[in-house]
Amino acid sequence: MNHLLRERAPITDAAWQEIDREARARVVPALAARRLVDFTGPGGWAHSAVNIGRSDDIDAPAEGLRARQRRVMPLVEVRAAFALSRTELEDFDRGATDIDLAPLDHAAARIARAENIAVFHGWPTAGITGLAAGTFPPVPLPGDYRGYPAAVARAVEQLRTEGINGPYGLALGPDAYTGVVGSAEDAGLLVFDHLHRVLEGPVVWAPGVSGGVVVSLRGGDFTLHVGEDLAVGYHHHDADVVHLYLEESFTFVVTTAEAAVTLSP
Amino acid sequence: MAQSAGLHEPEDRLTPQVIDRHRALVSVQEELEAVDWYDQRVSATTDAELAAVLAHNRDEEKEHMAMVLEWLRRHDPALDQHLRTYLFSSGSIVGEEAAAESGGTGAPDPDASLGIGSLKEARS
Repeated sequence: MNHLLRERAPITDAAWQEIDREARARVVPALAARRLVDFTGPGGWAHSAVNIGRSDDIDAPAEGLRARQRRVMPLVEVRAAFALSRTELEDFDRGATDIDLAPLDHAAARIARAENIAVFHGWPTAGITGLAAGTFPPVPLPGDYRGYPAAVARAVEQLRTEGINGPYGLALGPDAYTGVVGSAEDAGLLVFDHLHRVLEGPVVWAPGVSGGVVVSLRGGDFTLHVGEDLAVGYHHHDADVVHLYLEESFTFVVTTAEAAVTLSP
Repeated sequence: MAQSAGLHEPEDRLTPQVIDRHRALVSVQEELEAVDWYDQRVSATTDAELAAVLAHNRDEEKEHMAMVLEWLRRHDPALDQHLRTYLFSSGSIVGEEAAAESGGTGAPDPDASLGIGSLKEARS
């Protein structure tokens, strides 16, 4: 048994499989960052930090010595708690196919959004600088979705000018993504398709992202380091509900800040 | 992309992830085949210097195989699970299987991870 303590839960093997299946189905579509940045891991729950090769001078313990302390990127643990009805889980074991897993769905949305925000906009408390903090001034997004391809083309041009090769990907917040999907230009070309042509890469639905971010997909610029990949664990239960959680540990390292351009809303 | 002779299904029905795993799996196969060839040549030659060169080359192929295998582990949660169970263990290997199977409680792998990993599509 590992730290997730799943064996302690009053949940059958079949119900665990259903919980994991539902968690995967709900969390994967929202994990925008993993579609655009490099991924390293999983290194496991015991993996605590990423070496960034930096160090600082510190007071030496005695005369005639020099001392330096390594700087690392510590992983952060993120947990989204939820509770499932034991009656619903028992009904699943009886063959019910419509059990209420809404609390799990909400937890999946929360934790995916948190990962996206950390990667795209940063998480100062965790020491994470988001890729939207890049070195270029943000490109303003127009109010009319039909103007998005021109704004994205400007961002791509900035990247190319700096020698940052493509293909490129675009993360858009949910409102902007929906607006783009539903818009067509005067010539009948779908804005979504036009963006694909400009980027030579994907347009990604990114809950938690404000505006948009254009990212080079060439690799080596941004890395999501994961210790424990997303997993469902057990906390406690009573006669009515089982308290579970979705959890992961990660940090995010920016190697080439200029490999992304923010699109401001 | 050139058609690989190793694809058993129409390419347009395969995802980029499956095709990349195919590339890696074929690479592991080729590296191990080379190890076997070199191993036999090292054993067969009577020239000590040639044997040393061939042994060096053989062991480099093992390094190549290990690198590709690690890539596969990172992109295949089931393989990751099995490698974590069996590699660097001591004692009976068959016993490891029995222990792994008797300890199963519905968790998909020893870490009970959802096995999501990277969602970045392979570049064509």
